[in-house]
Amino acid sequence: MYSPLEDPLTIADKTFTSRFLIGSSPFPNNQVMLESIEASGAQIVTVAIRRIDLSAGGETVLDLLEGDYHILPNTAGCYTAKDAVLTAQLAREAIETNWIKLEVIGDRETLYPDVEHLLTAADELVRDGFIVMPYCTDDPITCRKLVDIGCAAVMPLGAPIGSGMGVLNPYNIEIIRAENDVPVIIDAGIGTASDAALAMELGCDGVLLASAVSRAHDPVRMATAMRHGIEGGRHAFLAGRIPRKHHAEASSPKSGVIGT
Amino acid sequence: MQTAQNSRNGNSPTPRIAIIGAGVCGLGIGWRLAAAGCTVDAFDQGEPGRAASWAAAGMLAARAEVEPGEETLLDLNLKAQEIWPGFVAELESASGLPVDYRDDGTMIVALTRDDAEALRFTYDLQKRLDLDVDWLSGIEARQREPFLSPNVTAGIYSPGDHQVDNRKLVIALQRAFEAAGGAVHAQTTIRAIDIAEDRVRGVVAANEESDDIHHAADVVVLAAGAWSRDIDGLPTELRPPVRPVKGQMLSLRMDADAPLLRHVVWPPGVYLVPRNDGTLIIGATVEEKGFDGDLTAGGMLDLLRDTWEALPGITELSVDEMWVGHRPTSRDDAPILGPTGVEGLIMATGHHRNGILLTPITANGVSRYILEGVVDPAIEPFTLDRFAKRRGKRARPAPDGKLGVVS
Repeated sequence: MYSPLEDPLTIADKTFTSRFLIGSSPFPNNQVMLESIEASGAQIVTVAIRRIDLSAGGETVLDLLEGDYHILPNTAGCYTAKDAVLTAQLAREAIETNWIKLEVIGDRETLYPDVEHLLTAADELVRDGFIVMPYCTDDPITCRKLVDIGCAAVMPLGAPIGSGMGVLNPYNIEIIRAENDVPVIIDAGIGTASDAALAMELGCDGVLLASAVSRAHDPVRMATAMRHGIEGGRHAFLAGRIPRKHHAEASSPKSGVIGT
Repeated sequence: MQTAQNSRNGNSPTPRIAIIGAGVCGLGIGWRLAAAGCTVDAFDQGEPGRAASWAAAGMLAARAEVEPGEETLLDLNLKAQEIWPGFVAELESASGLPVDYRDDGTMIVALTRDDAEALRFTYDLQKRLDLDVDWLSGIEARQREPFLSPNVTAGIYSPGDHQVDNRKLVIALQRAFEAAGGAVHAQTTIRAIDIAEDRVRGVVAANEESDDIHHAADVVVLAAGAWSRDIDGLPTELRPPVRPVKGQMLSLRMDADAPLLRHVVWPPGVYLVPRNDGTLIIGATVEEKGFDGDLTAGGMLDLLRDTWEALPGITELSVDEMWVGHRPTSRDDAPILGPTGVEGLIMATGHHRNGILLTPITANGVSRYILEGVVDPAIEPFTLDRFAKRRGKRARPAPDGKLGVVS
C-alpha cells in the first residue's frame, strides 16, 4: 500500500509528510484558524511578520501555533528589497528561525512580485544564511535565477494572490518543475480543491494557499477538501495518467464475446 | 492591608459585587445588580467607559457583520439586537439621558466588479442563514444615499442593523448605575483577584492613595476587556483567551442639517457611521499590535482613501478627531460570559467588535446568573469552558510518535 510517509517533501534540511502549506490569515477568527489548520493536515504554517503581535501576550497567533507547527514567517507587505531583508531579519530575531517566505510586492492592485527586488533580496538573504522560499512569477527564467542564487524552493504564483483563479499557466509550471531540482510549490491563486489537484498533477511538490480556505463559507471543510485535492493530485501524478485519445477504447476484453 | 468599608455588612441578604472594568459591560451589569438591591463597586484603571467602549462606533450590525463559522455568535447577536429598543427605553428613563439610537439601517456597497462578486458571496451566506437583507443595484444604492460615488455598482441593505451613540451610552449607563446606588472607582487598578479554596473573596485594588486596598466581595465580575488576561490571582486555566486587537479611527464633521449619509454604510475596507450631530465616524483598522497606541500615517491613509473612493464629498469636511482603541478579542471572537470553575468568579469579557451590540444581553444574562443562579440559555454557549472542549490546538503525533515534522 502507498503511504504518504514514503513520499515525503524535503525542503532544505527538513522533511515533511504533508505537501500542504497553509497561511494563517485572514480567517474569521483564531479558533476557526486552529481548527482549519488541523483539518488541513499541514505542518508548515506561514505568518505575516509585519501583521502579527511580537510582544509577549500569550494569546497571539504565534502563541497558538508555536510548537505544533513549523512556522514559516513571510515578508508580506514589503515593497522593496530593503524592506524585505529587514523584515526577514526581524523574523529571525523574533521567532528564532532562519526560514523565510520572501515576498516583495510590486503594487497594491495586482500584488505581483517585483522580480528585480525579489532577486536582490533573495541574494542578500541566502548569503546571510537564510533558507529562502521566494513567492515569484510563473516565469521559468526568474525561477531558474532564484534557484541559482541558492533558494531552497521556488513558489510561483498560479494566479494573483486572493484571486482564486487557479493555475493560469500550467505550461510554465511544467517547465519550471522540469528545469529545477528544488521543490516547486504553487503559491497563490488556488480557488478550490480541483485547482490544488491540478497543481499537483503538473508535478508540483506542494501547494501553499490561504484565502481559498480562510474566506470559504466553511473554512474547516474547505481545508479538508484541499487536503484531499492535494493528496489526490499527488497520487495521480505519481501513478501516471493514461494518454488522451481521440477515440473510445473499451475497458472489457474484445475477444471471447458470446456467439463468436 | 486596608479593608474598604462596605455600606452593607457581611451578612447582607444580597451579594456584594466587585466589577473589574467599568466599560459598557461592567456598567450595564452593575446597573442591573444595583437596581436589584446589591452593593456594587465598579473599578476602572482609567475613567469609566473610556477604553474600547469609547473608541467603538456603536454599530448594532449582527447581519452585516456575519462571518463564516460564527453561527452561534450570530444567534446571540440577533437576540441582542431584539432587546436593544427596550433596553434604550429603560436606560433613557433611568438615566434621563438620550443615547441616540437610530434605526435607518445599514448598507454594504461595492465599487468594482470584484467587490460586487465578494458582496454576492456575503449575500449568499446571509441568505443561507435566513437573514433579512436585500440586494441593491448601484442605482438603488444611490437612491438611498445620493452622495455615494457613481462607481457604486451594487449593495446589500440590512434594515435591521441599527446604531447607537456609544459615548452617550457610556454616560447614560454610568448615570443609571450611580442613580441605582452603584459606586464607580475611577483611576483604580485591580492588582489581583483574591481567590481561596475555589471561591472568590474579593479584589486587591490600587489607587493614588494606596496600592494595597483589599475590597471584600462575594462575587467578582471580570469585565476588564482587553486587559482581562493580565489580572493577577487568576489560575492559568481561568485566564480568558483574550487579546487586544488595535483599531485606528477618525471622525469628520458634516453639516448636521444636510449630512452626506444617513445610513450606516460599509464601503470596501471601511465603515461610515453618521451621528445626529453631524459627526461622521470612520473605522477601523484591524491590527495585531498588542496595546500599541500609535496613530499611523498608513492607518489614516487607508481609512481616508477607502472612504473617499465611496464618498468623494468628504474632501471638504473638517477632521474632528483621530483615535486608537483595543478590541477585547477572544480566540473565537465571541464573548466569554457567565460562571467559571471558581465560585463567585464571573466572566463578562472578550466581546471583540460586538461589545456595544452585546451590552444589553450581557447585562441581563450575567446579572440574572448572579441574582438567580440561572445560566440564561442565550449565554450558555459562551461560558469559558468551551475553549477546553474545542479542537484545534493539539500536537498531531506522527507514526513515530513525534510531531509530524521530521528533521
